[in-house]
Amino acid sequence: MTGNPALAPAPVVEIAHLNKSYRRGSQVLPVLQDINLTIQAGEFLALMGPSGSGKTTLLNLIAGLDRPDSGHLTVHGINLPALTESQLADWRAANVGFIFQFYQLIPVLTAYENVELPLLLTRLSRRERQEHVDLVLELVSLSDRQHHYPGQLSGGQQQRVAIARALVTDPTLIAADEPTGDLDKKSAGEIMDLLTQLNREFQKTIIIVTHDPEAAAHAGRIRRLIKGQLLNESEPQED
Amino acid sequence: MLKLTWRNITRHPLRAALTILGMAVAVLAFTLLRTVVAAWYAGVNAASPARLVCRNAISLVFPLPIAYLPKVQAIPGIEAVAYGRWFGGNYIDERHFFPKFAVDVRRYFAIYPEYVMPEDQKLAFMKDRRGAAVGRTLATRYGWKLGDSVVIKGNIYPGEWPFIIRAIYTGAEPTTDESRFFFHWDYLNESLKKSATSRADNVGWFLIKVARPELAPLVAAQVDALFKNSLAETLTETEQAFALGFVSMTEAILLAIQVVSWVVIGVILIVLANTMAMNARERRGEYAVLKTMGFKGRHLAGLIFGESLILALAGGLVGEVLTFPAVHFFKVSMGQYFRVFPLTRATLILGLAVALAVGLLAALLPAWRASRVSIAEALRKVG
Repeated sequence: MTGNPALAPAPVVEIAHLNKSYRRGSQVLPVLQDINLTIQAGEFLALMGPSGSGKTTLLNLIAGLDRPDSGHLTVHGINLPALTESQLADWRAANVGFIFQFYQLIPVLTAYENVELPLLLTRLSRRERQEHVDLVLELVSLSDRQHHYPGQLSGGQQQRVAIARALVTDPTLIAADEPTGDLDKKSAGEIMDLLTQLNREFQKTIIIVTHDPEAAAHAGRIRRLIKGQLLNESEPQED
Repeated sequence: MLKLTWRNITRHPLRAALTILGMAVAVLAFTLLRTVVAAWYAGVNAASPARLVCRNAISLVFPLPIAYLPKVQAIPGIEAVAYGRWFGGNYIDERHFFPKFAVDVRRYFAIYPEYVMPEDQKLAFMKDRRGAAVGRTLATRYGWKLGDSVVIKGNIYPGEWPFIIRAIYTGAEPTTDESRFFFHWDYLNESLKKSATSRADNVGWFLIKVARPELAPLVAAQVDALFKNSLAETLTETEQAFALGFVSMTEAILLAIQVVSWVVIGVILIVLANTMAMNARERRGEYAVLKTMGFKGRHLAGLIFGESLILALAGGLVGEVLTFPAVHFFKVSMGQYFRVFPLTRATLILGLAVALAVGLLAALLPAWRASRVSIAEALRKVG
């Protein structure tokens, strides 16, 4: 990120002095404190940290799934906390693909139908939707399993369906929460290779939350959270 | 989304089938009970606003003298007057009940055009003093044909009363009672003159046809004024009010039936609401995932309302289909107690509307909760 500033990629995510806490009865539990973070377009960032450090909460805030208590949070220049619930839903549909640890596919829909779901919110025709779904299923090498239900697929295959679902609307930002957390080593490697490919070939901005150093090694940058605070990149990075 | 709604329904086939069955039984019970109530009111609905019934003011049990007839006929605004008397009596035994009336045949059937009989049969009936006219339902029940001899054992008027079936009438309206037994008042009266003179020359009621329905209150008042302070004062009211008087005797039962019909619906509403709440609770995580993709509260509410409405509609339709054989069974086994057993289009529409309303109400709370589901909380993970 040095050299001519005019050639530097534009920041996609800009976070400054962000705070978030949760209420448990009368208790207020601070989860994120004074977070400052910038993520550039096309960057592959891994958020690491022990359980309860606030990394999923930070990811949820960036993906527009939750709201901060205070601080500045813009994604693609949009001030997310200022959006209404409805505007936020529209924004998520157009800009974010989310990948979960436990795949979160709808069990009564086939792989094809699961991938097609986000497109039902668009104005695409049935034929156009089919083209999009075929394309992403091809990309994740699951064209031959499109009529299978999640229960008929392995964990790795289900996660690839989930990635196809996250990709199908062609979002610029992909948020993945422990995408390899439920997978064996081989499948985890395949999933991370796929995310790396999406980042390199399609310039997707990818943010993953992970415990796994091997998964994090695929990212271009790693940031660590400890007790709700983001460590400086220069600080020693220990879990 | 329709596909997802349908797949959600078939996710637990046994649960869906039992819910539909429960709804079907509830709608069946509801429509059947409404039909019973309608059957009770059939006499009221069949009443004409241009007909008045004039009876003894003390009670229907007490008669009026036939001598009143010319005085009543003389009142302006009256088009025709007929008279009749409740006969009682049993055919075979007490279990074979049907209403039997001794009537002024010629004028009675002129005032009641809804009793339709072939002209030749009508003539034969009028000519034969021991002749009887019976409704089609009654004739079918006992296999009576024209010319058959029927003996009624009298209880109010003791003795054995032989009749010959001379006419079989049909109802002009679906609500017309086709289970009545009519014979000549003259036949009864002549017998009474021989055996019980004091009971002769009396009628149970006069049936008055007014020229126009709007004259009915005035004519009724004039009739009653005419016999005020006489030995047998009269009470004249519209045929509808007269029929309502009978219904009001059993008003508590009717009210209970109506309450039960709505209680049944209330129970199925709770059952369906519980099913929908259970379904929605199980899918909380899926709703959160859908919201992550950009689906909004109204989409999730649509899924839940759709599922609830399809379950309710399916149950409602099955219930309505089952209503037809159930009503037929009721008609066959209870027909002697009801003039008609009318399963009307209005009852069927009400049954279906109630099913849909139950579907809507049952989905209300789960849909509201699903639409407000917090993604972060539903995914239950704070990393």
